[in-house]
Amino acid sequence: MNDNFLISTKDLCKHYNCGAIKALDGVSSGIQKGEVVVVIGPSGSGKSTYLRSLNLLEVPTSGEIIFDGVEITDPKVNINLHRQRMGMVFQQFNLFPHMNVLKNLTIAPMKLLKMDKAEAEEKAMSLLRRVGLSDRAEAYPAQLSGGQKQRVAIVRALMMSPDVMLFDEPTSALDPEMVGEVLDVMKELAKMGMTMVVVTHEMGFAREVADRVIFMSDGKIVEDGTPDEIFTNPQDSRTKQFLQSIL
Amino acid sequence: MDWLFNWFDTLYNTFIVAERYKTLIEGFSKTIIITVGALLIGIVIGTIVAIIKVFADKNKKLKIFDMLCNLYLTVIRGTPVVVQLLISFFIIFVNAKDGTWVAIITFGINSGAYVAEVIRSGIMAIDAGQTEAGRSLGFSKVQTMWLIVLPQAFKNILPAIGNEMIALLKETSVAGYVAVIELTKAGNQIKNTTYDQINPILLVALVYLVMVVGLTKLLNIFERRLRINER
Repeated sequence: MNDNFLISTKDLCKHYNCGAIKALDGVSSGIQKGEVVVVIGPSGSGKSTYLRSLNLLEVPTSGEIIFDGVEITDPKVNINLHRQRMGMVFQQFNLFPHMNVLKNLTIAPMKLLKMDKAEAEEKAMSLLRRVGLSDRAEAYPAQLSGGQKQRVAIVRALMMSPDVMLFDEPTSALDPEMVGEVLDVMKELAKMGMTMVVVTHEMGFAREVADRVIFMSDGKIVEDGTPDEIFTNPQDSRTKQFLQSIL
Repeated sequence: MDWLFNWFDTLYNTFIVAERYKTLIEGFSKTIIITVGALLIGIVIGTIVAIIKVFADKNKKLKIFDMLCNLYLTVIRGTPVVVQLLISFFIIFVNAKDGTWVAIITFGINSGAYVAEVIRSGIMAIDAGQTEAGRSLGFSKVQTMWLIVLPQAFKNILPAIGNEMIALLKETSVAGYVAVIELTKAGNQIKNTTYDQINPILLVALVYLVMVVGLTKLLNIFERRLRINER
């Protein structure tokens, strides 16, 4: 595979019930440094499973994942070290409810990167300022709106200065009026050159921000191309059908 | 009013003469020491057992530890605590001079079995997303459990732990079987020396009741304080 890829997968399979269900069925793909890749597809197509297997939250049944030259699917690899460099944002935010925002942000860099408290808090505050939440540093997650929670969750992942950010339907659990504020943060990240893999139903975001769009169906990558190619000139009938049903 | 003076007289003879109330005070402090010591041991054992059982759920390599935990739970929950106390004192710690330590350890091991199941249910109730978030940041399984899951679990199970504490406090009343003069035994001794069949026992009951009520109040305050910044 191409050496320029930051993450690449080879023949990735994820089977349940001894192969009766194939969530991933031979996915080979590559994500280049600085690229924004949006993964779309009908529900049950395996797009979330694909994203979650990139940092081994889902352990694939077979196949390889190579992250920055290291085959992280090798059981001898300490996955914790590699996960530090792969930020992840979840649909349900998953902020730690027993810690305030600042603690949510600083705990990982302090414990894992041995950053001292002052430095971690300074970094947290400057990132919070960037997403417009510096006044909520002392708040607890339960006191935040959905959009605010998700922005904090993005900052939490950014605190580790990751090489890539994985987004698992980051706006799907949000009220419509809060989707924009989260997408804006993601757009800014993309502009700054962050490598991003985004599973989403926000076609507007895909069209505007993505360098590449991957369409998945039945655990396979059906189409892979620029947003223009996928949205205006889809080749596969399944892509056409899916786009018709949502646009 | 005669009966009242007579009663005061009896009380005086039962508790004040020969400073017999001191036995009760000593018994009271023994009860507290055993309860607190056993609870601490119980929480430590319970936490370890609960974590092993949760991890063993997903990792077959830990099966042997899981089986050991199950054996422990079965034996402890399947036999009366008095019998466990007798086994400790007369079979295991035969050379123990002071039954207090034996009682603390035995009640601790006993309590651990019940606390383990409480903590395990608390851990299971925490959303899997919390673990995923922790792991995705790069925390190890153990770090995620310790920093993220357990603190939330403990908050949720505090009422159940309070229950266990109250049960434990009252269970220690059987420590007299192994020559520990705790509150109940102290009351019983006074009853035997004074032939007052009523007042020592009633006083002992009253002291337990006051302790439990106080403990319940304390736990309520503690619980409210823990939840204060969550909404």
